[in-house]
Amino acid sequence: MAKITFITSDNETITVEGNSGSVMELAVKNNVKGIDGDCGGVCSCATCHVHVEPEFTSKTGEASELESDMLEFDDLTNEYSRLSCQLQVSDDLDGVVFKVAK
Amino acid sequence: MKSSKFSDAFEEARLDKGVDYINDQDDPAMMVLGHKDVRKCAHNWKTFQSGAVPGRIVIPSEVDIRDVRQIPFEVDPPAHKSYRDLVEPWFKRPLEEVYTAKLTQQISSLLDEVLEKDAVEVISEFSLVLQSRALTLLLNIPYSEADLWISWGTHVFRSEESALDADKANILYDYIDEQIDKAIENPGEDLYSVLLSSEVDGKKLTKEEIKGVMILTFAGGRDTVINAVTNTIAYFAEHPKSLQNLQDNPEIIGTAIEELIRYFSPLTQMGRVVTEDTQVCEHAAKADSRISLCWASANRDASVFENANEVVLDRKINPHVGFGFGKHSCLGATHARQILRVLMTTLTEKVDSMDIIESVENIEEIDKMKRKVGFDSITVRFNKK
Repeated sequence: MAKITFITSDNETITVEGNSGSVMELAVKNNVKGIDGDCGGVCSCATCHVHVEPEFTSKTGEASELESDMLEFDDLTNEYSRLSCQLQVSDDLDGVVFKVAK
Repeated sequence: MKSSKFSDAFEEARLDKGVDYINDQDDPAMMVLGHKDVRKCAHNWKTFQSGAVPGRIVIPSEVDIRDVRQIPFEVDPPAHKSYRDLVEPWFKRPLEEVYTAKLTQQISSLLDEVLEKDAVEVISEFSLVLQSRALTLLLNIPYSEADLWISWGTHVFRSEESALDADKANILYDYIDEQIDKAIENPGEDLYSVLLSSEVDGKKLTKEEIKGVMILTFAGGRDTVINAVTNTIAYFAEHPKSLQNLQDNPEIIGTAIEELIRYFSPLTQMGRVVTEDTQVCEHAAKADSRISLCWASANRDASVFENANEVVLDRKINPHVGFGFGKHSCLGATHARQILRVLMTTLTEKVDSMDIIESVENIEEIDKMKRKVGFDSITVRFNKK
């Protein structure tokens, strides 16, 4: 079981637990504001955009080329940006904190 | 050739030049064909604007048949954001349980009807009916209103005689005027009333603005939804194993929706007006000329999609632009996705197989561009479980 924390744009902190699926799915299931996951997780809509808190980037790894191409055209993108549909929930992500971009 | 095969109409030009040129009512457009270029131009709203003369960014152009600006579609930032933020929550209602339950009931009873018939002309007897009834949910108005919209036929702007029919457009515009007046006299919980009581940047929406939102809602989701539904029926009629696969693995319905939207690309393209002399993949684009963002071409770009011309229902990474891209991405996408989700789920529950008896392709033709977008007619037998 991984504990994952989301901080929304209005500074609400939500910590949830999960052991499968994507981080986007976990956020949607827990009604995390600003994460919609419109396309269901196929990397087509960028409505699941998060910024990884800098100390956790080694746990989340880097975006794939197709994911980076998607982020390239998002105004809220910075060097810590990821699409949470492309992050699988596992013990490796235990303790990670994401800031919701939108 | 299989009825449900939709070829890539743009491959040669995309690989050769990355763009192509079409004339449209003496207002030519440079079609942008590659996936990356399409997304880049869609993102760059300053150079490639939507807020031009109403109707001009549509291809074929609607400049001669309408003066009303569609909102938020034909508005650029920053005003765009205020309108979009206002209407967005309403257009996310399809995610609510009660909405999905009503949609399921609608589609389920329509399928029951067609399962009792020997053969069904899918567009007029199924897709048009489904789209019209579902629109009553999106507008939150009585179900019975759908009968009138069904009587209008498949195209709001197009008729059999001409691609752009001003008389037909006026039927819609007059109807919307009437409905707004009715809502002013007798406010309810429908979209008209919600817009009438709304403010944008501290100002009440004008009737003209409300009309702009309503025209977009009616026109944007008419033949696009009808084609998506019809083409989905054609696909599963010819791929019974895929239907079985959906039934055995309902978790792939989510990826299947996106893949069918990518493959069919119900909207071929959308235009933009160039605001300054610039270049698109090394081709000059002059100020006040038009480009088109060709979603259908980008969605077959082999540098992004493996086996781009095949339907892969469980495609995991699918950055398609079937609902557009960027700030102006399709407002009705949530509604459209929910329709396809409920349709596929209900098909797996009720339908054993479907046989295509005959079909006539609908080829969209603008200048030298020819692309199959759906069917003029397609007769299908639905077989019960």
